[in-house]
Amino acid sequence: MAHLVTSGLGPFYDGALHLAISPDDLLGLLAITLLAGLCGARTGRLTIIFLPLAWFVAGLAGLNLPVTIDLPWLSILSFLVLGVLVAINPKLHPKAVASLAGLFGLIHGLFNGSALAAIGAGPLALTGIVVTVLVIALIISAFVVSLHTAWTRIAVRVAGSWVAAVGMLMFGWLVRGTG
Amino acid sequence: MKRFNPMSYFLFALMLLWPLAAWAHVESGQAGGFLSGLSHPISGLDHVLAMIAVGLWGAQLGFPAVWLLPVAFPMMMAFGGMLGLMGIPVPGIEVGIAVSGIVLGALILIEKKMPLFAALLIVAFFAIFHGHAHGTELEAGQNAMLYSLGFVLCTGTLHGLGIVMGLVHRWQFGRLALRGAGSIVMAGGLFFLWGALT
Repeated sequence: MAHLVTSGLGPFYDGALHLAISPDDLLGLLAITLLAGLCGARTGRLTIIFLPLAWFVAGLAGLNLPVTIDLPWLSILSFLVLGVLVAINPKLHPKAVASLAGLFGLIHGLFNGSALAAIGAGPLALTGIVVTVLVIALIISAFVVSLHTAWTRIAVRVAGSWVAAVGMLMFGWLVRGTG
Repeated sequence: MKRFNPMSYFLFALMLLWPLAAWAHVESGQAGGFLSGLSHPISGLDHVLAMIAVGLWGAQLGFPAVWLLPVAFPMMMAFGGMLGLMGIPVPGIEVGIAVSGIVLGALILIEKKMPLFAALLIVAFFAIFHGHAHGTELEAGQNAMLYSLGFVLCTGTLHGLGIVMGLVHRWQFGRLALRGAGSIVMAGGLFFLWGALT
């Protein structure tokens, strides 16, 4: 978020576009929405409510923080946990997945909010981010819910394993300290 | 005359706006990190042979190995890469990589059927050597996130290529062709083992 650059389209679109080109946020978002989609329509519905809501609330809190929160290991942990969950596809209660989505939203909302505050951006940019989160979550989870043939659901689980693999590599980078 | 869907006009208008937004967010080094990660797994023929072989063997073994092996390999390869990045040594890396070609090639050649768990163990074991080699060779200063993403995507795509090639297994001539491909992988492994030992 420290690299938020004006798109010339206003702060709302700055935020919206920033999320769309931020792989750190996108990969975790992809994993949690894939998981929600795999767990069924009810889980997907709960996720698209709780995830953006938590992101927005935590973002507002982050906007009032005096320091920028940057904890890369937390993002990496989310890639690992969510990626493995998608890959093994356990039977999870919809509320459990929605809680995970809420937690993910809280963490990233806090990151985004505190970083926005550091560069003087306000709630409008945060709203742009959250609306993009909602749109992406809606599209991905609805798409995965609509998948019924075995191989398509397997492809989703393979994608989850790749997210976990990225998390492992990033952990190595983090320890090496040159990423 | 074919009429255009109104949505296509909207998408065209959206595309006209795209350059402005894209330039506003230009960040140097990002594409380099992704492309660098994408190209790293195909930088050595020994790696490419092994990764395609995993897909071929998975296709030969059938469901569920056809998708579990290509899940196990990138995950354990990433684990090996993590060890390499963290500076944790693994002995006999080059020999392990070459032997992976020999073993996987031989298994395809003899069309070896085995319990899924054993197949997973073999693939996971060799994946660590491949991952570790990549992990220790990574250049500093790359964007870790995009590099890792490109790296994993390329590895998975190579497995996918192997699986697609392995689909010929359903035909008699395809089975023979697959076994022939196994012999090529095995020969490649022997060649690389010779290079590693001399």
